[in-house]
Amino acid sequence: MAAKSFRIIGVGVAFSPNLKANLFEGARLALFLKAKLILIHVGKMSDEDTVLLHDLLQVHQSQGLIYEIRCQTGNPIEVILSTVKDAQVDLLILGALQRENFLRYYLGSIARQITRRAPCSVLLLIKPSVERVPCEHIVVNGLADPKTEQAIATAFSVAKSLGAQKITIVEEISPHEVAVSVDDDRSLRRSRIIKERLKLREESRVKQIISDIPEKLKEGIAIQSQSIFGKRGYSIGHYAQVVRADLLVMNAPSQMTFWDRVFPHDIEHILGELPTDVLIVQ
Amino acid sequence: MSQKPNKLIDGLKAIPANMFSGFVVSLIALPLGLGLAMASDAPPMAGVISAVVGGVVMSILGGSHVTIAGPGNGLVGVLLVAITTLGLQDAYLAIICSGLLLIVLGYLRLGKLADFFPSSAIQGMLAAIGLIILGKQFHIMLGNRLSLEGNLEYLFAMPKALLNVFNYQDVGTIAACLSGVVSLSILVFYPRLRNRYWQLVPAPMWIVLMSIGFSYYCELILKIPNPIALDYMISGILSLEQLMEDVPEIGLSALNDWVFWSQVLALALISSVESLLSIKAVDQLDPKKRRSNFTRDVKALGLATAVSGFLGGLNVVTVIARSSVNVNSGGSNRSSNFFHAVFLLLFVFLFSTQLERIPLPALMAILVFTGYKLAAPKNLIKMLSIGKEQLIIYFVTLLATLQIGLVAGIIIGTTSTFIIHVVSTGNFQLFTRNFLKPNVLMFKGSEGVGQYYLSVKHFCSFVNFFKLKSKLDQVPETETVVLDLSLCEFVDHTVMDSLSSYQELFEKRGGSFEVIGLDAHSADSSHPFAIRKTVPFSGILNQNMTKRQIVLAELSKDYNFEYRPKKQRKAPFLESFIFFRSKKVNYIHNLIKSKDQPITAFDVNFTEGEFIAKEVVNTTMVYVDLQRILPEFTLDKDGFLRRLYGVAGFSNISISSPGDFSKRFYLLGAKPDEVKDFFSKTVVHFFESNPYFHIESNGNSLLVFGKERSASVQEITNLIDFSGRLYQVIENEQS
Repeated sequence: MAAKSFRIIGVGVAFSPNLKANLFEGARLALFLKAKLILIHVGKMSDEDTVLLHDLLQVHQSQGLIYEIRCQTGNPIEVILSTVKDAQVDLLILGALQRENFLRYYLGSIARQITRRAPCSVLLLIKPSVERVPCEHIVVNGLADPKTEQAIATAFSVAKSLGAQKITIVEEISPHEVAVSVDDDRSLRRSRIIKERLKLREESRVKQIISDIPEKLKEGIAIQSQSIFGKRGYSIGHYAQVVRADLLVMNAPSQMTFWDRVFPHDIEHILGELPTDVLIVQ
Repeated sequence: MSQKPNKLIDGLKAIPANMFSGFVVSLIALPLGLGLAMASDAPPMAGVISAVVGGVVMSILGGSHVTIAGPGNGLVGVLLVAITTLGLQDAYLAIICSGLLLIVLGYLRLGKLADFFPSSAIQGMLAAIGLIILGKQFHIMLGNRLSLEGNLEYLFAMPKALLNVFNYQDVGTIAACLSGVVSLSILVFYPRLRNRYWQLVPAPMWIVLMSIGFSYYCELILKIPNPIALDYMISGILSLEQLMEDVPEIGLSALNDWVFWSQVLALALISSVESLLSIKAVDQLDPKKRRSNFTRDVKALGLATAVSGFLGGLNVVTVIARSSVNVNSGGSNRSSNFFHAVFLLLFVFLFSTQLERIPLPALMAILVFTGYKLAAPKNLIKMLSIGKEQLIIYFVTLLATLQIGLVAGIIIGTTSTFIIHVVSTGNFQLFTRNFLKPNVLMFKGSEGVGQYYLSVKHFCSFVNFFKLKSKLDQVPETETVVLDLSLCEFVDHTVMDSLSSYQELFEKRGGSFEVIGLDAHSADSSHPFAIRKTVPFSGILNQNMTKRQIVLAELSKDYNFEYRPKKQRKAPFLESFIFFRSKKVNYIHNLIKSKDQPITAFDVNFTEGEFIAKEVVNTTMVYVDLQRILPEFTLDKDGFLRRLYGVAGFSNISISSPGDFSKRFYLLGAKPDEVKDFFSKTVVHFFESNPYFHIESNGNSLLVFGKERSASVQEITNLIDFSGRLYQVIENEQS
């Protein structure tokens, strides 16, 4: 499956202290990916505000950034989602909040709902900054899922555009698959054999996916695969945090029901505890 | 290529050794069984029944290797309450039900109850049980039967009882009291007397032998009746036939009583806790480094308990003291447990009338000693060094257990621990929000050799430690583990405690276990629980050198040796010697290093056995690092240590020499040919013409030592001199 290409990038604009950082992140990304930037504002915008935005984006415009401002009043969630649809945005950038006093990030309720319902890919930024922080290490999921191929391909194309040097593909294997509980030496040995087998199976599957990716995209990128026995969706976030990855690329969730929020799994874990910047590929 | 060992043949070969260790264990199990049962207000034979049933069932169905099953110390407190509140008949029913409950827990894989409670609370509860035993039996040991209200009253009455001893008038009571005091001193001084023949018989058996001997001495030689009052003698010892007929009749009327079920719960809880603690400790002593299957053990213990209850016995648990004696006597598989049961049966069959000659106070002295060891005042100091809050938890649990009961005690202890955690972090949400999260990540690095890397997020305390534990248990102890706690905001004492025992286990089995990421915690004062294990050895101890140390320092100066009196907790070079396989090295000190030869003399402090069978030994040894490949062997004078080396696959090697080498020494080794090559004429001649020392080779270095005690300065000089000359001989021979 081909990599997702991002032609139109949307970014929410609120006149908050984070405005400049959010704008700059969006603009930089648009330049890297050679995409058009759409600034989405909820509510009315005065002339002064418009001037401010133009002033801020002066530098990027001189580098060739094309952007457009759209504003509309109404419920923020609905406004953003409808604008995304109308303008055919294919990557939406959202900022995260920081837990007080802790280096912990989570997604506010509005951003969370948008992420769940967005028809396009979503990039969640934990700390937008005015200066560019280089993206060096990308972690991507390698679940056995039809969407995985696209996520991995996208990770490679993003890595190429952003100049990342390393991609780690993480295969999460549910502990239930091992189906041997370790009690003594014998069961320990059995479980290790099964784990080794599962690991080889997963690795060969991932190798297959990687071999389908054009050589051009793989140039200069160190590829590593890592299998983890752990809870799906949670372990990969934990792993990304531990290895200090700069970007985590995930599949979009298939379907969400009320129960998925009560008993969080997969992507919901990540939304509650953002380990790093997260790209959800749709 | 080494051949895959044949388990059946190895097992059969090990049977004589296991038969012997089973015999030694039964020597302790008999007096303990009688005493524990009587302390629980049950008929004395109940303890023996549970030991026999436990031995048979556990050896067939159990999942651990060198543990011994039988009546437990910890259960005395619970059984006592159960029997006094329910009566003996219903108590048997409660025992059966607790066994069935354990089987259910085993199938649900919830047998490791001890893992869900904070370790300070468990310590407090065990101490309370110890005090219950101590308080009650202390009076009987002094020949002063009392009947008081609560557990605390018994304890408070102890000083008065002690003074009261001097007012005894009646000869019978005085004799009873004397028998108790003598027995207690035997137990206390037993480890000090490191005479080989004295140590052949375990201390509790000495008490039994001496009491019976004394009784016969009075009867047959002095021709007077035993002076000890008749009501202070054991009664109700049944012969085997009577035992068969005396199976209790059990009614089911108690089943709809909540008091009954609370007793069942307490019995099951303590059985599980005591068994888990014993198995953990005994696994560390296992010379073959096996991992016990606790889930399987719980099921088997449940079955054994139920069967034992039907036959009129008590709860069956795995017990630490008897198991450690088993290891030290050469037990290597489950058959020793079986033989221990067989020998017990044999004793009862042959000597049931003789057993009635044992005075009660003598037997209760064993329990007083056990209770004291359980209460272990040493633990208090350890708790205090960890933190004041641990002491609070400890005392809250202790008092609640003494005053209200065991189940209430552990619940109160656990709740107060959690409250203290919340108060000290000032963050209730940290615990509630993250409780359900799968906060432990483990992966095996795919680059290089591949170490296991674990990272824990949010918090790690007794509440969610089972998650980390289940991951850790999936790692073989021979691997390298790095545990990163830097993402953890809070780590409690229970976790640190367990991690340090994992660390020990990994080190013992050749792996490595490192905890990282706590540096930030100690710098950050808002995490008072992030305690790394404090090392109690500081400079204070070394300010006052003993006379021996001063002389050693002078001696080192004269001979141009380097001398370091400081205690060193780590001595990894000792672990590879077979001598230390079932022993635990506490520290080494008084290092004397030769500057021109690779020879180091040192005092080593190690422990052998656990709990009441625990013996702390100080020995002076010399370590010779030869830096060349040697055959593994051991040279011993009287073959007392042969059992130990038999486990490692060593066999006897005879060297033909003109002298009396083979007569004087037992030479053991795994590869006879290599060893024979090594013992050339010169080497043999050297040994024949020099005083005897025990020597062990681990493949590249030698361990030389004389007696199992600290050597005098004179002996140390001899030892160093001997090792130096031995080193010269070997160097000359090999080059």
